[in-house]
Amino acid sequence: MSVVSGVKGETAAQARSLYRQLLRQSDQFAAYNFREYAKRRTRDAFREHKDVQDERQIQELMQKGLKELQSMKRQTVVSQFFQLDRLVVEGGKTGKQGGRRNDIVRQKETGWD
Amino acid sequence: MSTLATKSLRQASRLCLKQPASASNLLRNSATTRVAGIADQKTVKRGYVSETKKDSAQVNIDTAIRADQKAFFAETGKLPENQIISGTNVNADAMMSPMAGVLQQATVMDEGQRPIYLDMQATTPVDPRVLDAMLPYYTGLYGNSSSRTHAYGWETDKAVETAREHVASLIGADPKEIIFTSGATESNNMSIKGVARFFGRAGKKRHIITSQTEHKCVLDSCRHLQDEGFDVTYLPVQSNGLINMDELEAAIRPDTALVSIMTVNNEIGVIQPIEAIGKLCRSKKVFFHTDGAQAFGKIPMDVNKMNIDLMSLSGHKIYGPKGIGACYVRRRPRVRIDPIISGGGQERGLRSGTLAPALVVGFGEACRIAKEELAYDSKRIKYLSDRLLKGLLSLEHTTQNGDSDSFYPGCVNVSFAYVEGESLLMALKDIALSSGSACTSASLEPSYVLRALGSSDESAHSSIRFGIGRFTTESEIDYVLKAVKERVTFLRELSPLWELVQEGIALDSIEWSQH
Repeated sequence: MSVVSGVKGETAAQARSLYRQLLRQSDQFAAYNFREYAKRRTRDAFREHKDVQDERQIQELMQKGLKELQSMKRQTVVSQFFQLDRLVVEGGKTGKQGGRRNDIVRQKETGWD
Repeated sequence: MSTLATKSLRQASRLCLKQPASASNLLRNSATTRVAGIADQKTVKRGYVSETKKDSAQVNIDTAIRADQKAFFAETGKLPENQIISGTNVNADAMMSPMAGVLQQATVMDEGQRPIYLDMQATTPVDPRVLDAMLPYYTGLYGNSSSRTHAYGWETDKAVETAREHVASLIGADPKEIIFTSGATESNNMSIKGVARFFGRAGKKRHIITSQTEHKCVLDSCRHLQDEGFDVTYLPVQSNGLINMDELEAAIRPDTALVSIMTVNNEIGVIQPIEAIGKLCRSKKVFFHTDGAQAFGKIPMDVNKMNIDLMSLSGHKIYGPKGIGACYVRRRPRVRIDPIISGGGQERGLRSGTLAPALVVGFGEACRIAKEELAYDSKRIKYLSDRLLKGLLSLEHTTQNGDSDSFYPGCVNVSFAYVEGESLLMALKDIALSSGSACTSASLEPSYVLRALGSSDESAHSSIRFGIGRFTTESEIDYVLKAVKERVTFLRELSPLWELVQEGIALDSIEWSQH
């Protein structure tokens, strides 16, 4: 994985673990937009800092990541308590699409009756 | 007699209770094993009725299915959901355990009906990080931030001051210059009426300049001042939505008290040359107010660099909570304003009333995040906006409203000729859009902003605003593009005007019969 190429050893393992935890937690958002944003932001943040060498900066970034993780743990719970109907882009064509793919755009015309 | 009955009851319940534990096996194992299992249990000599738990009567279907799927994958190396059993159109998943099939359908059955949100100029969703910062102030930290006599007051006061610093640092101001209000409308009212009334009292400065494309609350405040005897100039804008600097300079008179021009327009997204206006106003010694609700946190703003004297900010435009905003009031050189709300003297006496610490903290956090994410968000929004604009303008007879260079990419306003805007909005029910400002969306009148640009009634009627924000995804943009293309084509097919246009007849050349 290219997310933590800058560091070696223990820190790298910690960073990878944090990365995985953040992504896993992001997936728990019930709201589509927040879920997608959290995943994207995590990925982009790790990519952006993948070449960081400075020990202190790495620690700072890790602390920030941990803080985000804690906040996300709370907010995903809140999000799951107050679930709403899904967005039209989420459901797939007719809702019959199985598995974890949501690539078919729904064809139902909601516009005119 | 009674002992006999309880004995048999116990035995029966023991048998029943054993079942759920092995139920996951029961679903697919042959009946013989089940019978064997029961036979085994019979040999158990004695036991007590175990306590009944809520979950013991239930099969944990999720885990059972997952175990099935894992076993299938281990055996065949294929995902069961992708394997269609020959002769049927059921996939292996459903075949393996009927329950799995039913449940899988059930989970996907709640097909999405909620529209995609693309109206980020009206308001934005609250960022989860903002809510996370706010929640403690709704649950435990409820002190009045003006209470100086106990710890409850001190802790909220500290949080409010931190939030004030965050807001100030986003616009390059000093924390003392930030006045919390209920929103940008109040800030606009406070700035315009406050300055005008304070300086108009002496009777020397009784002139205000604003533009025709301002937000309704600015225009209405000016209208009120007109009734009070002030003189107001409503500057026209060029066809690209920008104001003409020469016209502005010509409009400034010796008795001008205030110039109010918004930074980013809420309907067409054009960015006014604030720095130039600020410089001009400073050189003419006129106060400069700008409505920055749509701009701050989205484009870089610096009140000192841009010579802004008063600025209105709003929390819910930058993923903060609704009901909170701020007004920047310059201290050096000091801007004196007449407060609209008088009372306990909070916020330097300019806006009395107890602050809402939770909202203030949320606003502060939103500002902190906005500052941190400014570069990332701008890049992302620019990318999505380009994608959307390119797709929309590839349709024939579509035009972008406003300046195509100096505009905030998160606000895309496009006119679809020969389509009625309101009917297009109705046709696009699965996308939350607006044809203009939310305040005027209840009326069917064409937008006054577009009219000020010199667009015709038809063009103003057929324009739609797309607002892109931090949480908009690519697939949403693609969905919108597809939907808009389909439905614009459909609506045009219905239109007799479109037929004429396709035949090459210019609509201006037609003499409509008069009646």
